[in-house]
Amino acid sequence: MSHADDIQALPRPNGWSDRISYAMVSWLTDVGAVSIDAVTAVGSIAIFALRTGSWLLTRLPRKETLLPNFYQVGVRSLPVVALTGTFIGMVLAVQSYSQFAGLGLQTRLGGVINITLVTELGPVLAGTMLAGRVGSAMAAELGTMRVTEQIDALSSMGANPYHYLVVPRLLACLCLIPALTVVANFMGVVGGAYYSIVHLGIDTFHYWHNSQSFVGNYDLFTGLFKSLFFGGAIALLGCHRGFHCDPGAEGVGRAATQAFVYSFVVIIVMDLFLGIALINIYDMIWPEESALI
Amino acid sequence: MSTPARDLPLIDIEGLCVRFGSHQVLRDIDLRVPRGQTLAVIGESGCGKTVLMKSIIGLVSPERGMVRFDGQDISQLGDKELTRQRVRFGFVFQGAALFDSMTVAQNVAFPLRQHSPKTAAEVQEIVLARLAEVGLPPTILQKKPAELSGGMRKRVGLARALSLEPEVILYDEPTTGLDPIMSDVINELIIRTRDHRPVTSIVVTHDMRTATKVADRVVMLYPLSRLTPHEPQILYDGPPERMESSSDARVTQFLKGEAGVRLEEIQAGEVD
Repeated sequence: MSHADDIQALPRPNGWSDRISYAMVSWLTDVGAVSIDAVTAVGSIAIFALRTGSWLLTRLPRKETLLPNFYQVGVRSLPVVALTGTFIGMVLAVQSYSQFAGLGLQTRLGGVINITLVTELGPVLAGTMLAGRVGSAMAAELGTMRVTEQIDALSSMGANPYHYLVVPRLLACLCLIPALTVVANFMGVVGGAYYSIVHLGIDTFHYWHNSQSFVGNYDLFTGLFKSLFFGGAIALLGCHRGFHCDPGAEGVGRAATQAFVYSFVVIIVMDLFLGIALINIYDMIWPEESALI
Repeated sequence: MSTPARDLPLIDIEGLCVRFGSHQVLRDIDLRVPRGQTLAVIGESGCGKTVLMKSIIGLVSPERGMVRFDGQDISQLGDKELTRQRVRFGFVFQGAALFDSMTVAQNVAFPLRQHSPKTAAEVQEIVLARLAEVGLPPTILQKKPAELSGGMRKRVGLARALSLEPEVILYDEPTTGLDPIMSDVINELIIRTRDHRPVTSIVVTHDMRTATKVADRVVMLYPLSRLTPHEPQILYDGPPERMESSSDARVTQFLKGEAGVRLEEIQAGEVD
């Protein structure tokens, strides 16, 4: 019997004080159940990640298993990442122009657009696109394999499902998300520059000159470094949801949706904490430069 | 004096209990399967037949008890040793469980590519031989599982299970969803496989025709929800021809396929 059933089994309250105690116990039970579910879910993902990690270090998957995953994650994601990157760059130019023009700082637009892209929007955009296009597809594919016993079939034939199914997908995401981030960054920079220079009439020389002074190598590194964590989270959450999929079409659909939603939330949360950590590391390594800023 | 290994049962199940959350599926199952025997496990849907078979190969972990295969407790094996033991099994899944993304040839070749050092040409030769053994032409080699009929998928599943020449073949509902003729083809293939190879077979089925035709021994399981706490879950264990004379009415009821008291329960709304 679950905790909720225990509560249901209690006699219904009569007086006000009874009703309040009943509501309190009921609320505490719900909070407890949610907490237990959350801890169980985190533990399950942690065990899943550890098992995948141990298989990743044991031996690499074969070329014929790796390449289709690299193709799916890298080549098939390229157009959508490039397209969204271009438009985000242009949107940034549109939204920032009036504010900067009001202060007479429109030539600084390039710097603001490009630093935003390389440190934040490029990696987050590539991660979001990958979570939507690849993470949910992984959950749906592995979920279907789970409900049609294909994962059991793999195990019964002495092939480890973590090694055969999860490790190639994790490697594909880890290796290719930095490349996709570079594409999103580049196309965003091009899109922003095109709109600023051609449509808003900002001087080309000053636009690029300011961009150069705003964006450093560490900013580029920050974006690419964060993207590695996003890629790992997308692959692990997508595969985990697929492996723990409920039976039936509804279960597969739910697993795909959860894979995207969980990945997106984790990307945003990690973006904040990694951003803070990387700024602190910068301050520690180059304290005099951060003091100037 | 120690017992020679060949005299020990190949599969030895002792006090096996399996539970999923609050739902207990198997309780105190004791079963010994000697080498070369063809055992049919029968019982109504949800009685734990498939769970029992998956426990034998370590796909389901027991709550209590143990499954010994060739003297080794399956649940105590590490990943590598479990893989080594699993290669000695062939598993024919209910829905065949062929890999959607692979062709028929790649499906049948999969265990060979994973575990044998054979060249591509040798693998191709074995694939053709296994498909011929189950009566499938080489023209289907490049087809995807979705392009095959149910009977063909089951036969490809059997060909895949045979590819590493296993010592034990586990058949999960091999004739479910097939027409009577294709069911008989599958039954004949099970018999032919047993006759041509030194295999031990376990066939999980609720098709009495399959059980009586292919098995040397039948074990009948009963759903725990319909048993009292001290009743054994195995209602019958013996040769198929003696099932009819069983003193347990539930065995003869299953054998004849009579709804009996169950229909009254359904009408009274007691069965979900």
